[in-house]
Amino acid sequence: MRETFISIFAIFWKDILSGLRTKEILTSVLVFGLLVLVIFNFAFEPGAGIRESVAPGILWVALVFAGVLGLNRTFDPEKENSCIEGLMLCPVERHVIYWGKLASSLTFMLMVAVIITPIFLALFDLPLFLPRLALIIALASLGFSAIGSLFSALSVGTRARDLLLPILFLPVAVPIIIAAVESTGLILEGRPWGDMWTWLQIMIAFDIIFLVISTLVFEFVVEE
Amino acid sequence: MRLRAMNDTAHTPPPRAIEAQGLARSFGGRRALAGVDLGVGHGECLTVFGPNGAGKTTLIKLLATLCRPSAGRAWVDGMDIRSQSVEVRRRLGVVTHSTYLYNELTVSENLRFYGRMYRIPDMEQRIREVVSQVRLESRIHDRVGTLSHGMQKRVSIARAVLHNPSILLLDEPESGLDLHAALMMRDILDTMNSGDRTVVMTTHNMERGLAIADHVAILHRGRIVYHAPKREIEVSGFQGIYSQHTS
Repeated sequence: MRETFISIFAIFWKDILSGLRTKEILTSVLVFGLLVLVIFNFAFEPGAGIRESVAPGILWVALVFAGVLGLNRTFDPEKENSCIEGLMLCPVERHVIYWGKLASSLTFMLMVAVIITPIFLALFDLPLFLPRLALIIALASLGFSAIGSLFSALSVGTRARDLLLPILFLPVAVPIIIAAVESTGLILEGRPWGDMWTWLQIMIAFDIIFLVISTLVFEFVVEE
Repeated sequence: MRLRAMNDTAHTPPPRAIEAQGLARSFGGRRALAGVDLGVGHGECLTVFGPNGAGKTTLIKLLATLCRPSAGRAWVDGMDIRSQSVEVRRRLGVVTHSTYLYNELTVSENLRFYGRMYRIPDMEQRIREVVSQVRLESRIHDRVGTLSHGMQKRVSIARAVLHNPSILLLDEPESGLDLHAALMMRDILDTMNSGDRTVVMTTHNMERGLAIADHVAILHRGRIVYHAPKREIEVSGFQGIYSQHTS
């Protein structure tokens, strides 16, 4: 078990190091996310009337589409010099590669959320300290990364990769997106934990389902 | 009973380094490998020649567990490439056309990453050793993307032997190299092939392939059409044998 964690961490750290060196993905994703927030901020005049109804949607449009841009690049480092084959030659089970990639894409998504969310809260004149929103973002990001890492591996070898990932990813991620938007709305309305419990359960269930299925099928995706 | 078990073990021949029976692989409707049988003993070197599209790379990929055979079986050190693939990979070092190196990471960072994946003890010492073997000590802290193709290939060899594998699979290791780099590569591979390391190499370079081979095979249209120990081959006449079997 310890050895598995060492391998997962090795893949994770290699991706982080590589990502920090290039910076191009993080920069472009952040610029995209911020642009979405600013444009929507101008489109809807911030006010108590519309805040609860449109603000959650705006936040998740920014996070989901910025995330898709980033997830599209999850396997980019593995494409150059056929590094994916180098990874597959390592004496680890295939799902270890998946978990390593999942860890790095989750970190990437959380980094994007950590920068975009406070700006969103400030632009829409909302309280900056919302720990329940942090939980929702963490659960949704885990689900997105679980699906995105698998589909990114699936689409990396295709010519229409940039198109293929959103087409595959968004329909599957719909339950998590809906749950995230609804629970964010409840948080912004100041409703208690009990009201959002159903949405939380949906997110946790989908996270587990996606993690299990992706772990099981990743081997076939990379080998075939 | 115990005595009998011991006797059985004593009479069981040790597994060959590589054994394949009816190994086949199709991509869609196209058969890349159509039932290959081969065996390579420990410490032996098998050179596989064949024209482009003969199935050489597919054979290496199957033995390296990079893809699954459509039919047939193969064993590496007696271990099944399907059911014991992790153990098989631990024994293999692979050098192909691609370097498997991350351009954004330095030479040492690349080797450290693979070292962690292979759980190499005393890793820093081992990295210094292999970098010295490929004569790249002065570039160890340079990003791989800034190195020439020949240098990247040398780092790729260092990566392949980092975990001291007992079997080397070399898929046209000299492809894309200029004369100087190819000569240096030969030198490095000769050093690394010495001893009891088993080698399977595919190449178009007859002179080079025959120089290091103990056995020679010709692969054509996914089948082994010729296989012989090198001692039975007249080296000067091999071009004729090759043409005869691949025309």
